[in-house]
Amino acid sequence: MALDKSEVEKIAHLARLHVSDSEAEEVTTRITDILALIDQMQSVDTESVEPLAHPLDVVQRLRIDEVTEENQRESLQKLAPASEDGLYLVPKVLE
Amino acid sequence: MINSTVAEISAALKAGDISSVEITQAYLNRIAKLNGELNAYITVCEESALEQAAAADAARSAGNTSPLLGIPIAHKDIFCTKDILTTCGSRMLHNFVSPYNATVVERFNDAGTVLLGKTNMDEFAMGSSNETSFFGDVKNPWNTECVPGGSSGGSAAAVAADLCAMATGTDTGGSIRQPAAFCGITGFKPSYGRISRWGMIAFASSLDQAGPITKSAEDAALMLNAMVGLDEKDSTSIDRPAEDFTASLNQPLKGLRIGVPKQHFAQGLSMEVEEAVRNALAEYEKLGATIKEVDLTNSHLSVSAYYVVAPAEASANLSRFDGVRYGYRCEDPVDLEDMYKRTRSEGFGEEVKRRIMIGTYALSAGYYDAYYRKAQKIRRLIKDDFDRAFEEVDVIIGPTSPHTAFKLGSKSDPVSMYLEDIYTIAVNLAGLPAASIPVGVANGLPMVCKLSALTSTKRRF
Repeated sequence: MALDKSEVEKIAHLARLHVSDSEAEEVTTRITDILALIDQMQSVDTESVEPLAHPLDVVQRLRIDEVTEENQRESLQKLAPASEDGLYLVPKVLE
Repeated sequence: MINSTVAEISAALKAGDISSVEITQAYLNRIAKLNGELNAYITVCEESALEQAAAADAARSAGNTSPLLGIPIAHKDIFCTKDILTTCGSRMLHNFVSPYNATVVERFNDAGTVLLGKTNMDEFAMGSSNETSFFGDVKNPWNTECVPGGSSGGSAAAVAADLCAMATGTDTGGSIRQPAAFCGITGFKPSYGRISRWGMIAFASSLDQAGPITKSAEDAALMLNAMVGLDEKDSTSIDRPAEDFTASLNQPLKGLRIGVPKQHFAQGLSMEVEEAVRNALAEYEKLGATIKEVDLTNSHLSVSAYYVVAPAEASANLSRFDGVRYGYRCEDPVDLEDMYKRTRSEGFGEEVKRRIMIGTYALSAGYYDAYYRKAQKIRRLIKDDFDRAFEEVDVIIGPTSPHTAFKLGSKSDPVSMYLEDIYTIAVNLAGLPAASIPVGVANGLPMVCKLSALTSTKRRF
């Protein structure tokens, strides 16, 4: 399925990516090519096939709901581009 | 000694012929000499490696006899390593110093290995040539004009060039086996779930699996002994009794039923590779194995299905990189949306962005059934093909890659790069184990090795 530029822009927005005008044409062509590769699977009738989501035929392990981790706020927050008083800083969201 | 196998180094350390400090220093010297050209390592841990080596020598004196004690290892830069840079080959994590160790790293530390450094890789493990790394291409040690394969290209090049004794890799669609093939060494992807994914930066969670990259099958078994096992921190980790993988190394081939998929000897396979694999099969036959053609009818659809499943899971996994908690953040964002978009557009490379967009599209409203659900159905067909084949054979053998290592820069369009993994992807979709083993050399490049897959239920790898 061929995509047009506006569809690529929509996908980019959903993925929180920015595609500049100079890149748009190439990105659109590449993605269209990849979708053509993917579309090969449409040639097979899978009407009665049960989807396989995961290779393991097991159920999720459960454990007692108890605290197992220590508080690592400081060591984790040291990695943040901007933080203050134990909070992560981002550009203002509300005026 | 640095060109020896892990098993040989282990014996020399045990016999007192060499110390861990000596062998570690020898690898560090070789890294200093060759890494500038090969670019196999992103980070070299000279100081801590020598400290770990000294500690290993002291532990040996105190009676520790772990087979991997004091052996120098390299970890793919996808495994989180405490207090050491962990980049995943991306600008997004160019400054990320992990606050914790991945379970795989922890297990090797417990076994007493010495960490030489972190190896280069395709960005977020997305690539088959190691050309998508933010930290530059890795060169193939056999011919520096050629790619080492990917995504674990740094690990494969490091093992092949004697820049470490052994290395870890990860395999989502062939990322251990194809670089092992291009660099003429041994690579093994275990069954899905056997090795913990905790602390291994996620690409496609239903496919990702760690494994060893080594100079011999024996070394791979030694590494597996340390890596495999249940981890409570990984909900998809499976609980199987501990076993010694070296125990079956010398099992005779007599009576082994080998399946050869006719679809893997079709058009596109180079003549020299076909000949090398057929010669290997003839050897196995002489050793008492029987050869039988098997039919993997839907294997030609594996690339199509993979490029829905893997990008879809990647688009979800990589949404965590938002410039808020760690890693790269763009300069002077005007608002939150601008911060997200510019951080991600500047932090991710082209291939990663492409796959995020493919995945986002496949999961978006109105397309889910046509793409993701359809791909999951194809995945079932591919697994059924293997199940049927394994009713008749014990193991399946074919080429890992259609040809030997290709030239750097020679594959510029994504689709032709994706088709590189045509023989490796199906086992990831089915969750099966598979190995790459060298079978020869042609034109100065290692002959692409053979792939073997065994069902996890019949013989547990």
